Parts: sequence; structure tokens; C-alpha cells
Amino acid sequence: MAERSETLPIRKSEDVVIVRQHVRTMAVEAGLKLVDQTKIITAASELARNTVIYGGGGTLLLETVSSGSRKGVRLTFEDHGPGIADLELAMKDGYTTGGGLGLGLSGAKRLSNEFEIFSKVGEGTRITITRWR
Amino acid sequence: MDRIPILKLGDFLLVTVQVDMHDRLAMNLQEDLTEKIVATHARGVLIDISALDIVDSFIGRMLGNIAAMSGILDAKTVVVGMRPAVAITLVELGLSLPGVRTALNVEKGMELLRASLDRYFDEPVPGEEGG
Repeated sequence: MAERSETLPIRKSEDVVIVRQHVRTMAVEAGLKLVDQTKIITAASELARNTVIYGGGGTLLLETVSSGSRKGVRLTFEDHGPGIADLELAMKDGYTTGGGLGLGLSGAKRLSNEFEIFSKVGEGTRITITRWR
Repeated sequence: MDRIPILKLGDFLLVTVQVDMHDRLAMNLQEDLTEKIVATHARGVLIDISALDIVDSFIGRMLGNIAAMSGILDAKTVVVGMRPAVAITLVELGLSLPGVRTALNVEKGMELLRASLDRYFDEPVPGEEGG
């Protein structure tokens, strides 16, 4: 169940900083521990940069969610870029088409409790991550 | 243009990152530092990241690049002040910063730089080490 939500545009590299700030605020509100805050902010930073570099820009939906007594933060990154042809390959450590370290997707997955990716060539990519308290 | 200030402290350069860096700012720092190493003949670089609440793969890569570039320019880089939560997250992200020396704080980092400089001058000339 979503309790509070907000949408942010991600168009340029400066927006990645704004994303980090908003995710931090929400993670604190949801009562995440410092290490968990750090993990979800870092994961968000990786995915937001991917949205700019590979997706040609997009949006982030931030939500605080709860399940029973658990609270958490859920982030959905969406772009209408070229999409990812080979998801399995894209999820591999060290694989990159953009000259980075190739840790963005795989790293963001490791830093999250839940990770979901949906991508279609020519239509775009949607990635949802959740970190629970 | 946004720039992170670089302070000269004797033989060393000190960079205190106090803002949440966007990517271009990090790139600028890389360029500024290499220029400043050459201009000041600095033998060591201290990068204080105690104010950073995250280090992602981009900033991590920049730290690695700075260490590599300064090494080629005959200066050692020590990254100091990493927060525990940042260290935990970095390792989980898959980034262990190979080639980057670290110390707990500026003081310890300075000691490390001084010690490595002393060692450098004590080292025998390559080729005379025997084997």
C-alpha cells in the first residue's frame, strides 16, 4: 500500500543529485536505518544516472509503502528510451555499453530488498526497487 | 562554473568534498587536481569525503581515476573520512576501490603520505636491490 508518493523528472545529470536528496528525505521519513538509507540512495543514484544516459531521460516515482507493520521506500524509474535488448547480459557485473563500470543495474539490485525490471526494445524501461525497514 | 576548492598544504594537496557532487563537478575535480599536481609539484593528494553520505559507482570511479592519474604524475592519493555506512554500501555495490589508499581521517592520511614519501627516499635505486 502506498502512503505518500511524489514524481520527479530525470532529464540531466544534475537531476541525479535532486533524486538523491528526495530519496534521502523519504527514507528518513520511512524510518530506514542509516545503512539502509545509504543503500537505497546509492541504488537510486545508479538508476537515475542510467535513466539519463541510456533512457534519454524519464521519471522517478517515489512512494513510502507499508505491509503489515513493515514500512519501506519504493522507487520506480521509467523511461521511454531504446529499451534493453538482453536483460540477462545487462544485469551482469561489469557489462556496460556506456563506458561506465557496469555496476549500476547489478549493484542497484544487490542494494535493494526487491528488484523488478521490465524493458521492451523501442518502448523503454521500467525498474522498481524496494527497501524495507 | 562549479569547482571544488583544492588547498595546498606543503607538499600535499587537500580536497574537502563538502557538497553532494553532480557528475560534472566530479569530472572537473579530476581535471583540476591533475593540473594542480603538476603546477605545484605536489607529492601527495588527500581527499576528504567525510561529508559525503553516499559514494556511487561514478564517484567511486572518479576516486580511482584520481589515484591512477596522480600516481602517473608521481603523487600519492589517500581518500580519508569514509563513513561506515558508505563503506558497507560500496562493497555491496561491487566496488572495493582497488588502487585507492584510504585512511580514517585527514591526520592519519597525512601520516600515511609522509611515511610513504620517507620510504620513497629510503628505497634503494631500482636494479640495485639484488635478488
